Amino acid sequence: MEVKQFKSGIWTEKVNVRDFVSLNITPYYGTGEFLVGPSEKTQKLWDICKAATKAERKNNGVLSIDTETVSTISAFDAGYIDKENEVIVGLQTDVLLKRTMKPFGGFKVVQKALSEHGLKPNDALTELFSKYVKTHNDGVFDAYTSEIKKFRSLGFLTGLPDNYARGRIIGDYRRVALYGINFLMDAKKADLENITGPMTEATIRLREEVSEQIRSLKEMIELGAKYNLDLTRPAENAQEAVQWTYMAYLAAVKEQDGAAMSLGNVSTFLDIYIENDLQEGIISEVEAQEYIDQFVMKLRMVRHLRMEDYNNIFAGDPTWVTEAIGGMFSDGRTKVTKTSFRFLHTLYNLGPSPEPNITVLWSENLPQNFKDFCAKVSIDTSSIQFENDELMRTNRGSDDYGIACCVSFQELGKSIQFFGARTNLAKTLLLAINGGRCENTGTLMVNGIPEYTDEYLDFDKVMANFKIAMKEVARVYNDSMNIIHYMHDKYYYEKAQMALIDTNPSINLAYGIAGLSIVADSLSAIKFAKVKPIRNEAGLAIDFKIEGEFPCYGNDDDSVDALAANAVADFNNELKKLPIYKNAEPTMSVLTITSNVAYGKKTGATPDGRAKGVPFAPGANPMHGRDTQGAIASLNSVSKINYDDSQDGISNTFSMVPKSLGANEAERIENLGTILDGYFSRNAQHLNVNVLNKETLMDAMEHPEEYPQLTIRVSGYAVNFVRLTREQQLDVINRSFHKSM
Amino acid sequence: MVIFLQGCKLKCLYCHNPDSIATSGGKDYEVEKLVQMALKTKPYFGKKGGVTVSGGEPLLQAKALIPFFKRLKEEGINTNIDTNGRILNHFSKELLDDYADLVMLDIKHITEEGYLALTGMPNKDTALNFAKYREASGKKMWLRYVLIPGITDAPELLHALGNHFKDYKTIRKIEIQPYHKLGIHKWESLGWDYQLKDARENTPEELKAATKILEKYFREVKIN
Repeated sequence: MEVKQFKSGIWTEKVNVRDFVSLNITPYYGTGEFLVGPSEKTQKLWDICKAATKAERKNNGVLSIDTETVSTISAFDAGYIDKENEVIVGLQTDVLLKRTMKPFGGFKVVQKALSEHGLKPNDALTELFSKYVKTHNDGVFDAYTSEIKKFRSLGFLTGLPDNYARGRIIGDYRRVALYGINFLMDAKKADLENITGPMTEATIRLREEVSEQIRSLKEMIELGAKYNLDLTRPAENAQEAVQWTYMAYLAAVKEQDGAAMSLGNVSTFLDIYIENDLQEGIISEVEAQEYIDQFVMKLRMVRHLRMEDYNNIFAGDPTWVTEAIGGMFSDGRTKVTKTSFRFLHTLYNLGPSPEPNITVLWSENLPQNFKDFCAKVSIDTSSIQFENDELMRTNRGSDDYGIACCVSFQELGKSIQFFGARTNLAKTLLLAINGGRCENTGTLMVNGIPEYTDEYLDFDKVMANFKIAMKEVARVYNDSMNIIHYMHDKYYYEKAQMALIDTNPSINLAYGIAGLSIVADSLSAIKFAKVKPIRNEAGLAIDFKIEGEFPCYGNDDDSVDALAANAVADFNNELKKLPIYKNAEPTMSVLTITSNVAYGKKTGATPDGRAKGVPFAPGANPMHGRDTQGAIASLNSVSKINYDDSQDGISNTFSMVPKSLGANEAERIENLGTILDGYFSRNAQHLNVNVLNKETLMDAMEHPEEYPQLTIRVSGYAVNFVRLTREQQLDVINRSFHKSM
Repeated sequence: MVIFLQGCKLKCLYCHNPDSIATSGGKDYEVEKLVQMALKTKPYFGKKGGVTVSGGEPLLQAKALIPFFKRLKEEGINTNIDTNGRILNHFSKELLDDYADLVMLDIKHITEEGYLALTGMPNKDTALNFAKYREASGKKMWLRYVLIPGITDAPELLHALGNHFKDYKTIRKIEIQPYHKLGIHKWESLGWDYQLKDARENTPEELKAATKILEKYFREVKIN
């Protein structure tokens, strides 16, 4: 490497972006007063994008779809929004907002998505994929056992990535800018040379994967050439650094349509180039902001082709371009730079937006001015989320990480994760009460649980049965995961992203659970009140009669909060006992995305008094309406779930009316900052913050055209409120809006 | 964290917690239970936050508050009393002098007739003497003032208020509480007649005008 203006170090010889950032960062402690508005070019482009997204909404949420081409890194010619005004170029296809077919996840899925818009793939492709080419989805169902299929169809395991791409893997897109592709390719070739015999299955597979990675690096060079960019060499200035990084990300979203395609942690990296150009007088603040605005604008325009069913689990057409901002180095320095501000400032220059999913890595030790600015942006836009940097950095052992999807730690370029969707823990509890049978159909799911005949539910007996149920559900869940990730690697390997990650990275299998608050409150009812199951002729509990009072999760009451924390620990311990494909390490999340509505639908009445079909609370949230002791008590309850038992993340979505935060802006900013400091000091992991009045949402339901950019945080991500279904909108509105601390 | 104490000897026309006026009712709490509740909330206090006792009129229970505030100080928690300043006895003086970091004193009305009409009790000077006592101690105080159109917002009243306090050194700020009718339904559920039914909420211009006047006399004027 010969980029002389930067301090050299380990990174100069070997791929190590963290080292480059650590040596060359210019931390920033000031306020946002240096920030500028959008440039004229940016405004012109954004007007075109706004018109296009409006047309997209009018056209049932999809503007156009290419039915001729299988999308690959270099399949499409260069595309522009308005070439003369674009300082950062590149679209997924040749036309803005056009969606593409990525059939290797599952061809039937592509066919279904197209048919929902009255389209079909061209005949040649249909013949090819029906007769000759196998996909991930085909492979999975070849291997699935009837037991897994039963758990899947009855709703014990839901949202599994067996008919869509798993996503979650974050390429270290900064590498293309820092090193150029030639350097990266040489490193991969050297790795390949060193992967030698004996030729076990794992070694053969790794050799094949690295070869695929090398090919996709070549394709990235072609992609750059279409836009007249020479990606073989390192970026030489700020504009190129942003452009090169975006090209690397673009390659990933051209090839893959994973549920979550996070960006990583690029702002502080890019700041080094921007700061350099500013110091040398090559650019002014106007250009600096323009690069970031246009980069972010492009990220907002990323689209994938989805079936309508997909909307039930991931509502609002999300892409999870998650960018983590802020945080601290392990040595105590801050990672906040001026470009951290510039990224957040796009929410003013371009207006609020769910994407990119901006995630502030919060630490008590962040510069006060940055904390205040983040709080202000959160209050003004409800578009950003907060995660505990002190907790994740120290617990997981790296200060160079991104957030996969919503809440999941991922060290950049060094590790990946396999997405595990989630299991329905509330239904698992019902197995304990119904002799191991599904509460809706009576199907025997789990052996070894005795039929329950007592008139009232006994806590100890139910707990003993619940543990058997958890063990068995974990086993089937683990089986399904091993099949899914084996097949995904085989048929839909993420070669572009993996080319930007160390060869043979460490892997997490990101398991998940839904329905935690239902489980906690149900166990509490059984323990502290008297619960009598009402059984139908088949002996299934179809309703529960509760006599007496019981404490609910969400009120800072240890007697029930411990039941929640223990359920998380118990299920995680069961998962930890099971072997995983590629020797991945198991981690678990308490996160539902918007599937809390769909999961509730599939779940019968529960002993906490929840009726059949009623939505769960999202993520680790207390059930709405049951956290009656104010906001802090609710936060304290969630903070008791131990991160060690749920290292993939613990999602909490929190809505407050503006007045409850303070009488004026300065007070609201200060108070939100102290809430975050307080919550995270208790080792809580994640907080989605909405500062909104319910009335605004109700008005937006009636007059969606007036709220095209109204953004609301749901569970680990944000959505355009007007893109949710009415049912989901009502679910959001029915949640607790805290009016007092 | 705010703790509302039951019981008050005034019956202000705009009271938004009329259910806390009666001196019977409420729920008894052990001091240590309240301290534990405060400790759970402490991480969220930030640099300025703490525990506020309000009401009702908290100083009616000044004696019981002494051990509570003493414990809070031991735990490093800021203490704050939201009061109408009607009670200045041996216990409230001890609480004020030794344990209360901040006093928020509600100046209902600056004229005797106005005070009587608004609160149902004579002797507005009791509250003014309370302020004088706090001033002499040199410890921190805020004033609070409910701005009701046509009742407390006349410029001459605001000037009189400002003139009375302009030389006070312990007053850090005055908070204007805009008038609202949020408590109305509580009056109705108590079977009481809400006499300010015809009063209206302040316009932004009125709030600005009042702020402008008070800014001549006070270091900081804040609209709640």
